[in-house]
This record gives sequence, C-alpha cells and structure tokens, in this order.
Amino acid sequence: MAAHRCSCWSWLLILFSLSVFVVADIHETTPVNDHHGGVDHNAQTAEQTADQPAVEERRWEATEVKEAATVDAAADIQGTSAPETVVPSSVPQPKDDFQEELVIRPLHSGDIYASFQFRTLWDTDFMRENKVSHYRLFPKSLGQVISKFSVRELHISFTQGYWRTMQWGQPFIPSPPGAELWVWFQDSVTDVDATWKELTNVLSGIFCASLNFIDSTNTVQPSASFKPLGIGNVTDHSFLRYATLPREIVCTENLTPWKKLLPCGSKAGLAVLLKSEKLFHSSFHSQAVHIRSVCQDWQCKTTSWELRQTLNSVFDLHNSGQTKREWSLFKMFSRTLTEACPLASSSKLYIDITDNPQGEQFELSPATSLLSQAVVLGDRRTFSVYDLTQETTFGSVRSLNLLIRWKSNEGYIHYEPSKDRVKPHLLEMLIQLPPNSVTEVTVQFERALLKWTEYPPDPNHGFYVGSSVISSLVPSTVAMHTNSTRERPLFSSFFPCKEESSYFVRIYTEPLLVNLPTPDFSMPYNVICLTCTVVAVGYGSLYNLLTRSFQIEEPNPGLAKRIANVIRRMRGVPPL
Amino acid sequence: MKILTLLGLFSACFLANSINIENSAGQFFSSGHTNNWAVLVCTSRFWFNYRHVANTLSVYRSVKRLGIPDSHIVLMLADDMACNHRNPKPATVFSHKNMELNVYGDDVEVDYRGYEVTVENFLRVLTGRLPPSTPRSKRLLSDDRSNILIYLTGHGGNGFLKFQDSEEISNVELADAFEQMWQKRRYNELLFIIDTCQGASMYERFYSPNIMALASSQVGEDSLSHQPDLAIGVHLMDRYTFYMLEFLEDIHPASKTNMNDLFKVCPKSQCVSTPGHRTDLFLRDPGSVLITDFFGSVRKVELTMDAINLTDPIKQMEEKVFPQPHSDLTDNAVTGSFLCFCWVWTAL
Repeated sequence: MAAHRCSCWSWLLILFSLSVFVVADIHETTPVNDHHGGVDHNAQTAEQTADQPAVEERRWEATEVKEAATVDAAADIQGTSAPETVVPSSVPQPKDDFQEELVIRPLHSGDIYASFQFRTLWDTDFMRENKVSHYRLFPKSLGQVISKFSVRELHISFTQGYWRTMQWGQPFIPSPPGAELWVWFQDSVTDVDATWKELTNVLSGIFCASLNFIDSTNTVQPSASFKPLGIGNVTDHSFLRYATLPREIVCTENLTPWKKLLPCGSKAGLAVLLKSEKLFHSSFHSQAVHIRSVCQDWQCKTTSWELRQTLNSVFDLHNSGQTKREWSLFKMFSRTLTEACPLASSSKLYIDITDNPQGEQFELSPATSLLSQAVVLGDRRTFSVYDLTQETTFGSVRSLNLLIRWKSNEGYIHYEPSKDRVKPHLLEMLIQLPPNSVTEVTVQFERALLKWTEYPPDPNHGFYVGSSVISSLVPSTVAMHTNSTRERPLFSSFFPCKEESSYFVRIYTEPLLVNLPTPDFSMPYNVICLTCTVVAVGYGSLYNLLTRSFQIEEPNPGLAKRIANVIRRMRGVPPL
Repeated sequence: MKILTLLGLFSACFLANSINIENSAGQFFSSGHTNNWAVLVCTSRFWFNYRHVANTLSVYRSVKRLGIPDSHIVLMLADDMACNHRNPKPATVFSHKNMELNVYGDDVEVDYRGYEVTVENFLRVLTGRLPPSTPRSKRLLSDDRSNILIYLTGHGGNGFLKFQDSEEISNVELADAFEQMWQKRRYNELLFIIDTCQGASMYERFYSPNIMALASSQVGEDSLSHQPDLAIGVHLMDRYTFYMLEFLEDIHPASKTNMNDLFKVCPKSQCVSTPGHRTDLFLRDPGSVLITDFFGSVRKVELTMDAINLTDPIKQMEEKVFPQPHSDLTDNAVTGSFLCFCWVWTAL
C-alpha cells in the first residue's frame, strides 16, 4: 500500500521535474548551427518562433523608424524621392542650438579668473506622452532625468575652495563650497520627497558624487529665496527642494562625466582646455549644471529647454610658480585653442579690459579689433572678443595662445630676514599708491620665548618695535627754487630741493609695544621652597620612623626615696 | 528485487551520462565566461595611506587597458588622494617615484567614494542586495557566466580587513558573501586578490566553488610598502601590487600568459613577505587559466555560415535567426538527469 502511494507521487514528481529540466535546458544551451537540427525539429521550432515575433512587436514603441519603413516601402514602389522629406510631416524635428564662451578677467592681485559657459537650447517638450527618443546636442542622460522625474528646474554645483569677494570681486555664477543641489519639480508630481530621493541617487550615478547622502536631514524647502530662474508662475514652494553637502570633494571623477555631457566632449572647441591637472591646481574651482525653461522670443509664445554648463576657476599667480606677472592660455590650461566646436553656432573668447582702456596696465597678444560692451553685475564692462568660428583668429600657426602681459613696473621690494641675536628684519618697499585708496601691508609673525637671562628686569612692560618710515615726494602747489645756495630761513632749507614741483616728506608711524609671553620669575624661589619642604617633611618622617628606637625610662623618684637610695648604695644593697 | 531495480536504474543513468562526457569535458576545461567584471576596493582613509589608493588605481588602470569598460568596473576609494590639499601635484596619483606613471589619469570613474565605502555597501554590491534607486554604475550586474576579479587593499590582520579605521570585515563574512553569490549564480569564476598584512587569512574560510585566491603575505607576516617619494612625502605603493603592476604592464589583450605566472610574481626576495595562493576550490587547472580571463574582457566570437539579410523587414528576420532549442546534447542531458532523479527518489 505504501509502495503504491509512493509510486503515484513519484510519477507526478518525475513528470514535474522533467518539464522543469526541459525548460531549463532551452535556456542553457547556446545557439547551435542550423544544420544540426533535423527536419522533424524544424516543424516544432517554426511553431514556437511564430509566437515570438508577435510578442516582440507588441513591445515595440511607436517611433519614426516604423513610419519611415512603411513610407519607404511605398516610396520604393513609386520610385520617387528620398524618405527623409516624407517623415517631417508626421514628426516635427526639434531644433537645438549650442553656444560656448570663455570669459577671462585679470584680477588686481595678479590672479586670473576664467569662466566657461556652455549652453544648449532645445525646443522640445519632455513632459509629453511619447518619450523623447532622438537626441542630438542635448545629452540623453539629462533628458531622461528631466522626463522621468518631472523636473521643472535643476541646479547642481560642485565647488572646491571659497570665493574671496574682497580680493576677486563678484563671480558670474556664485556657488558654495562642496556640492549644492536645488530642484523645482512640476506641479504634476504627487510624492515630491520620494521623487527627490530617487533623483539624488540617479544624479550621484551620473556625476560620480556621493549625492546619495542627501536625505531629509539635509534637505530644506526655502520659502522666500531660490525662486525659479526660468519661466513659470511661482506657486507652491512645496515643489522646491534644496540640499547642500559641504564635505563633498571635487576631482577628476566629477569632471569627466561633466565633460561627457558636452556635444563635442573634450575633443574640440573650448572644452579642450579643461585639463584636470591644471584646473584642480587652482585657488577656486567650481563646475555646475543648470537646466531650466526659457522663452524663445520676447513675447514668450514658445518655450525651450536650456542646459547651461558652467565652470569657474581662479588661478593663483604664485601657486603656479610664476615670477613675472604674465598669463597665457598655455600657462593656465597647458593647452591652446585650435578650433571651435563644429556643432556650436557661436564660440567666443572674452577678455575683460575695463580696467585697461588705453592698454596701460597690460597688453593682449594677438591683438583683436572686436570689442563688446555688456552690463554685468550692475557694472558696464568692456571686453575684447576673439571669435573662434573665424579662421583668421587662429592665424598662420592654426592655434590661439592668448597672452596677457602686465606693463607696469613691479615696484621694488627689499627684504632682509633677521638672524637670531645678530640682526633684525628689514622690509623696504617702493610702491605706487593709487589715488583715493587704502593700501594695507601686513606681515605675519610668531611670538617666541627668550632665554631667561635675556629678559629685562621689568619684562611685563613689553617690547618696543620702532616706527615705520614713509618717504615720499609730494606734489607741491607752489613752484620752489632748486638753487640751494640762496639765502633762506633755516626752517625751510633742511631738505634739499631737487625738483621744482614736488617736495620731499618723511612720515613716521607710531611705535609698537608688543606684549610677549613672559615667564614667571618668582617660580624658581617658589619651587625651591616647596620642594625643600616636601623633601624635608617626607624624608624626615621616614628617617625617624626607620631609625627611632624606644627605651623605657623610669620616672624620677621623690626626695625621701632618693636619700634612701644613696644610703642603700653606701651599704651595698640594691636600691628601691 | 528492489536492489535489482536500483542497479538497473543506476547503470542506465550512468550510461546516459557517459555518452555526453566527451562533449562536457571539452566544455568543462575551456572557460565558460561571456563577460568580465571587476570590483576594486581601497579601504583606507588618511593621507599616509596614499599607497593603498595607488594600489587600487594601478589595478584599475591595468583592467581598463586590457578591455573591461567602466560600466563593468565597481571602483571604491575610501579617501581622495588626488585632490587632497596635501598633494603637491593635484589631480594625480603616482605609482612610482620620480612621478613616472600617473595612475589616476584623465578618465577615471569612482563609483563609491569617501564615506560610502563601508562593509555594508561592499557586501551589498557583492550580493546584489541594493536599494532599488541605486544607479547602474554602482551595481555589480553579473550573471552566471561572469568572471569577476575582486581586489582588496588596506590594513588587515589575522582574519579581518579594516575599513576606514572604524569597522572590519571578517574572513567568515567574506566567505559567506561569496557563498551567497554562488547560490544566486552571480559568478562563473572568481579571482580574489588581497594586498594587506596577513592577507592569506582572508581566503582561509572560502568554501564556494570556482574561487581562486591570491594574497600578498601569509598569516603572521606583514606586507611592506615599496618606496617613499620625497616630494610627495609618503610611500607610493605596496611591494606586491608594484610587482604585479609591472607584470601586468607586459600583458596585452591577446597574450596567453596563465595564472601560474601570476603566482610567481613577487617572490620573497622582492616582497620580503611570502605571497600565497589558493586553488583547491577552482575546478580548472590554473595552468589553463589565462590572465585575460579575469583581467581582460576578451569576448568569444561565434561564427555563423549563413548570410543575414539586413534590408528585410524585422518580422521575417526573427524566424531565421531565432536559435534552435533542441540538440542531441540536451536530449542526453534531459534523459540522464531524469533517470538520475528516478534513482535518487527510489533510493530514498
């Protein structure tokens, strides 16, 4: 009985496992040559494959390719024009445009500020039902991000360093150190927080950054600032998310995917200058991606999507090991420009010459005649323009290495460092002060301790640093006589007069009283007293404990007893 | 009676299997992989551990040079040395003094960096149990025909490897992770290389099949670093990886060098520690395993004698090219396994 039941179950299981094995085998085998299969197999496979194409077709999306194929077939029969002219009537070709520019601004401190901007405009609708599938200049990865997460605006920046406004002025595109991401979502998004989380993960994969650390603990919804920079009515700030990661580092692994988003990559145009070894050897480096909708015309009847990729960098004069104040494209980027990006409609290089109207501060070579003026950050500035789409810009050598050379005399600086206990510091500078300005000279120093015999008796008073001296020739309002032998009162004839129009003046500043760290001179006395006391108390007690021996002493007997003892001693009898 | 049926079934099963044993033997000894993956991990933080990042990046460079694309490499660096403020040459990581070879390069993609390099993330990458929103570049999307190279470097001890100076992974955890990978058929063959102190202890506990392991030092020995660079101020590479990099620079995608040569890299005279290896879990003979089976991405090419007409509409093409599911080989496998199952069932 048991055996019967066992066999029934065993047959059922065997059949089941057989079907499993057959299915598994179909998947495991590699495609074998056709002539191995016999004729009897072909009938079976024909049946199976007849099912497959139907399934495959259902999975196809409606794309232009299929329409072109059917139209192509029709055209072949008629034998007329090429298929391309037939397709646009069913699918409108989206127009896209790419522009690139580089602005170079020399700074007062001798550093140089370079700002790249790459802009792609595309009038397409990412939010429509059919997915956009044909990308030309606009990067596909960002297009898919926009449509999948219903993004209205996206701004992401990666920065290394802090922008020194006092020394460098205002940047074109400001950014905080670390990573910053702020996004406006479309009104159609139902769960903004979940979409935000997925978006940050996807962006961390695209830009190779740790943006997945963005979560509710570092995300905010600003209510008053960070209004959309593109078009659209500002409604609800619940569709805005802002997060920042100050600890995020920027390195080549972030620059590489950023460069790959450009239409020409890093192979042509201005992007050939973006070499990581020079860009990251700078005082400030910031790269950003900005996506928004903009109006195409001033009436704003149609909108298009704008993608801006910006890169700001400030190169340090002394850090790059230069002695002369001279900058060139090769010194900044270790590359020169050879051509514009062929896909760009405009490719320009701007140099800010507002502070150099007559060319007295620095000179540009090769010279250019193109000038343009623009109002930026509330200030009207003049720029020399190099148009890279023109062949003449590159000259006969077919490459453009822009050179900016400063003309003014550097000034003379003479510095003698001190030698301990031998000679003091000497700093002498010959400088030209600009009018109506404040010039600050700062010297860093450290305070040190002297040897204890070198201190004066009243060290807490401090140490004196002598006055600084300014000697100058000041223009005079009255013409003076240079003849020194003339009779003049004593008070006007001390300094020799070499020129008629200026007189010599020497100004002394206040002396400086510096408080240096002073040791406590009463300490040796205190230490000796304390130590001796401790040693005495400690040693003395110990010595006494170890060496003191106790003896029993009999008390002094009374007078009567003492006389009796004397008599007894005389008798030879032991005393009482 | 029962014994006779058992014997009969057993012999039938054996017979069925012996028919295709020559075919399976031929397949058995050639490598059955169709794609290559690499997981390269540096677990150390801080500037003085520059050499661990240089180790990982030099293996990354070799693997990329031999053909594995960035999409198939998961690179994890626990700290940033290239753009570290203490690096006198930013955006570079050198492997040799005199700044000869910049292993950081211009086209590097680091998938996990900084605080993301944790034991949990490493094990999740290996086993594939990642949150659904993880991007593709951070996933190990291997299948049962993938050969995976796993390279670990950092500070380690007897039975553990330190991650970022704050947590450890033990050899038992690692062995269990590999067993999970085997159970989920996430690898065909696995090559595990570790360059830490007492590295051999990390592969002692492996028990999953098809794993070959190399380590830079035995239990009780320290792995030493190669040479310092006075301009950068730190040691640039570890000895074992330095000599392995020298060895790999001679390999090109078509070379036929096998694993036995890799085992000979860095003898005790050069490395001071004794490198070790473990091949008992590996089914093939190491002499028949090419270096490019793991370090390169050599694709198999299958030739077809039929011409394929590309101008035909797609529907017709599907009928011609769809592979034949049946062949003599599979028939034998089916009957053989069916009979074996019968035998097992009746024996129980």
